[in-house]
Amino acid sequence: MSSQEYAFVVLALVGTVSAVRVVTARNVVRAALYLVATLASVGAVYLLLGSEFVGWVQILIYVGAIVILFLFGLMLTKAPIGREALDNRSRAIGALVGLAILAGLVFLIQNAFAWNDPKVELAQATSGAIGEAIFRHYVLPFEAVSFVLLAALIGAVVLSRKDERP
Amino acid sequence: MIRLPLVLFFSAALFSIGVYGVLARRNAVLVLMSIELMLNAVNVNLIGFSQLWRDLTGQVFALFVIAIAAAEVGIGLAIVILIYRNRETINLDEVSLLKW
Repeated sequence: MSSQEYAFVVLALVGTVSAVRVVTARNVVRAALYLVATLASVGAVYLLLGSEFVGWVQILIYVGAIVILFLFGLMLTKAPIGREALDNRSRAIGALVGLAILAGLVFLIQNAFAWNDPKVELAQATSGAIGEAIFRHYVLPFEAVSFVLLAALIGAVVLSRKDERP
Repeated sequence: MIRLPLVLFFSAALFSIGVYGVLARRNAVLVLMSIELMLNAVNVNLIGFSQLWRDLTGQVFALFVIAIAAAEVGIGLAIVILIYRNRETINLDEVSLLKW
């Protein structure tokens, strides 16, 4: 194993363990903070794989904005504490389905790829190249996404505004 | 050099943890967090294959997925807060008005 692989395994373990804590924590604010750890380690994995632009976007948007939104949502809904209040009764079935999906995916992956054959080269994908790809080949999807974002913004404002009846 | 199956295993683990969270949690905000975990698993796959094939399409679509996730969280939390305002609870098994 190369040193990059050790670094990747450490980051992946941190991300996986804190993801497990996200779905098992009994305190919702702690779940949100473990989500920060997961998202940051996923961002670090992006940086390690050499895609720095997506890595920093991950840190900025997920850790910076989305988790803050989640914390606002938790604070505004007076989230309760405790396993009974946060989990439903089909926890065992959920664990079974999750493990079944994990087993199926692991089987498919080790079936499809030899362990040593495809290796990800860790060359940098520069931000300039990504910008060129977006604005040369994917302009139309980019505009569609920006429109979706605008519609979501307006929709969120309309939904959460209090009705003022005359 | 990182072996591709390591990246894919990490993504598979994140995805199945997210599936467990969606199925086992009853608080709507925690379900949204689990959905974020699944979207991140998809992004890890996109980035891994993009770096494997030296093709930037995967990274562009990872950015699109991040943007859609941000929109989804905004709308989702607005709906959750609206439900809380009307029904004083965001437990998903109690919000069953549309269930047959």
